[in-house]
Amino acid sequence: MSLIKTNIDRRGVLKGTAAAGLAAPMFMNGKAWADAHAYLNAPTGKSVTLGFNVPQTGPYADEGADELRAYKLAVKHLNGEGDGGMMNTMTVKGGKTGLTGNGVLGKKVEYVTGDTQTKSDAARSSAKKMIEADKAVMITGGSSSGVAIAVQSLCQEAGVIFMAGLTHSNDTTGKDKRANGFRHFFNAYMSGAALAPVLEKAYGKDRKAYHLTADYTWGWTQEASIAASTEAVGWETMKKVKTPVGAGDFSQYITPVLESGADVLVLNHYGNDMVNSLTQAVKFGLRDKQVNGKDFTIVVPLYSRLMAAGAGENVKGIFGSTNWHWSLTDEGSKAFVKSFGQEYGFPPSQAAHTCYVQTLLYANAAETAGTFNPCGIVEALEGLEFDGMGNGPTLYRADDHQCFKDVLVVKGNENPTSKFDILEVVEVTPAEQVTYAPDHPMFTGGELGECNAGA
Amino acid sequence: MDAIILQILNGLEKGGAYALIALGLTLIFGTLGVVNFAHGALFMLGAFCAVVMRALLTMEVATGEVESTAWGTEIAVTTPYVTNLFGDFGNTMIDWAVPLSILLTVPVMLFVGWAMERGLIRHFYKRPHAEQILVTFGLAIVLAELVKAVFGANPIPVPEPAALGGMMDFGALFGSEPDKITYPMWRFVYFLFSATIIIIVFMFLKFTTFGMVVRAGMEDRETVGLLGIDIGKKFTFMFAVSAAIAGLAGAMYTPIISPNYNIGMEFLVLSFVVVVVGGMGSLGGAVAAGFMLGLLQSFAAMNEVKEILPGIDQIIIYLVAIIVLLVRPRGLMGRKGVMET
Repeated sequence: MSLIKTNIDRRGVLKGTAAAGLAAPMFMNGKAWADAHAYLNAPTGKSVTLGFNVPQTGPYADEGADELRAYKLAVKHLNGEGDGGMMNTMTVKGGKTGLTGNGVLGKKVEYVTGDTQTKSDAARSSAKKMIEADKAVMITGGSSSGVAIAVQSLCQEAGVIFMAGLTHSNDTTGKDKRANGFRHFFNAYMSGAALAPVLEKAYGKDRKAYHLTADYTWGWTQEASIAASTEAVGWETMKKVKTPVGAGDFSQYITPVLESGADVLVLNHYGNDMVNSLTQAVKFGLRDKQVNGKDFTIVVPLYSRLMAAGAGENVKGIFGSTNWHWSLTDEGSKAFVKSFGQEYGFPPSQAAHTCYVQTLLYANAAETAGTFNPCGIVEALEGLEFDGMGNGPTLYRADDHQCFKDVLVVKGNENPTSKFDILEVVEVTPAEQVTYAPDHPMFTGGELGECNAGA
Repeated sequence: MDAIILQILNGLEKGGAYALIALGLTLIFGTLGVVNFAHGALFMLGAFCAVVMRALLTMEVATGEVESTAWGTEIAVTTPYVTNLFGDFGNTMIDWAVPLSILLTVPVMLFVGWAMERGLIRHFYKRPHAEQILVTFGLAIVLAELVKAVFGANPIPVPEPAALGGMMDFGALFGSEPDKITYPMWRFVYFLFSATIIIIVFMFLKFTTFGMVVRAGMEDRETVGLLGIDIGKKFTFMFAVSAAIAGLAGAMYTPIISPNYNIGMEFLVLSFVVVVVGGMGSLGGAVAAGFMLGLLQSFAAMNEVKEILPGIDQIIIYLVAIIVLLVRPRGLMGRKGVMET
């Protein structure tokens, strides 16, 4: 990536600054940078305020509560309290991180919270309030792609950074990507790329799949991704049926599956819909059927441990994918699970993990840039290579602000040893296998644009 | 053909739930003239009676052993106390938690219904319907948030008894090929349960003196009052009975949909449509419309139907409601003059 551009814009100026930084001590560069560029909500006192926008009410409130726990833990660690968690294991290419437990850029980290209610308009309102009234310099969180896309767009317009929480739609870093937005969580394409080879190995090439899909942005992109990746290994997609979000009873959608000739049911559902559709599909005896001379099987491409608990015994043996799992044994995961477990008495969810990591990444980017200026943060995060955060070596790709890292293929644990032991990791799919070109057709249609510092 | 039979079964089971809720709604509207938007919350509370029953039966005691966790602390190994006390019988009690929860649901919901009517609803009898709707809707939100505060937002799995959890072979029952037409046994049990409750309610209203007084009161409250009968007390009891019916519908539904705090809202709107289509104040209409709309909803979801009319599964119930309100505003079996100008 060239540091010199012919057209002079904010990004060009930033890159020039970064190039100058190569020849100057970091603190000089950061100070000069911060002095030269005004930005929205620049902290003037001894503290800096972050905005944690999570679902505190509504269907994903439990996931939101876990995100908030992770954020509070991250703040504690950044301010030098607790055992430091992943701050002790995090590394960036070229050396150590700038995180020392002395806040961020010497300022104590404080936070405000908002309630997304898992509704786009409510999420935008709470983010707007945190930016305008609470002077939050960064917004993060969420448990829905619809919400993430809406808040990301708001942050771009306002001129603050958005560090997405749990959002799995391809569109978040595809057609709806924004320069001020960053996603650590994996996406639907990656789920498909990781799952398909495992499914092929487990069930063979000659399979006929029937999709039941939640009728909104995330469901559509997951359906397209899983269909494409399973077709690539030889499966045939028999039917794609959209179901209303929050349908509750899926019996009328499951019954036709029995007559369709399909031998695999793919449930592109999340949250309560996943719990209900999976439970009901199992209770309709689908997994006891023999179709086309094969055992009928069910696949849940995106798993959430918190929500899988709602499906009880029905998840056993069912394949899916997840961004991270508390049972991983790398040093970063162990450090995070220890910190979180000792603080709260139970292991963190994947939502908690991604939110915690996003907070540390933001803080490190601020330290690297020497400023909280969103354009400085963008510059520091673009192309960042880091490790020690639970997913192996990871790249924050500059082209689309998507993290590329290992993806976990999991299945419902047949022999759980505790109530947290719902999923077992069956394969860690390497990052190369789930990486795609920035101009991949599933991700085209939008422009990253220029960063906005808001002032 | 097999698909049609399965959709009929789906429709009957779904219709059973709609009919039970609509029956309670109609009883309340017919006796007290109140449009009760908190009725879905009563269904939800019933579902959580089953959750509580299971939680009570699965309460655990420490075995004295400990195990270490991934985060370096130790936690006690536990076992359900009923298993500790009664051995295999204790396990059977846990397995049959949902049917057993009826023993908890009926008294709890009768009390909730009584308290609701005496404590809140009676103050709104003479107020406009709009105010009744607002206050009962507000109550529904309060109850849902209370349940969420206690039980969390995620669905809680409540399995049916293992003996009723398998598949029922309808094909074999009617002399067809075995294992061709199979249906989850609990869903069929639910249909039979709802049909039984509906029959009991109708028999109670038809063949008991209490029921006759209530029906008379529904027709002409003032005249019944002039006969020296305290119709108000009887209507309060009917409100409690309606709450218990909704609660039972919810408790027995838990193995079909894992309950969460919002489950009542999901049923409430559909049940109001059922009441409107059946005819406000018509008990028979509520039951008939419940089953009819359940069946229509199931058939509309068939792929063959959706290929001709995409998206019809999501609007069919409302479409029928619009047509009924346009053509016959009092509903299919509603009394002349109700909802008509």
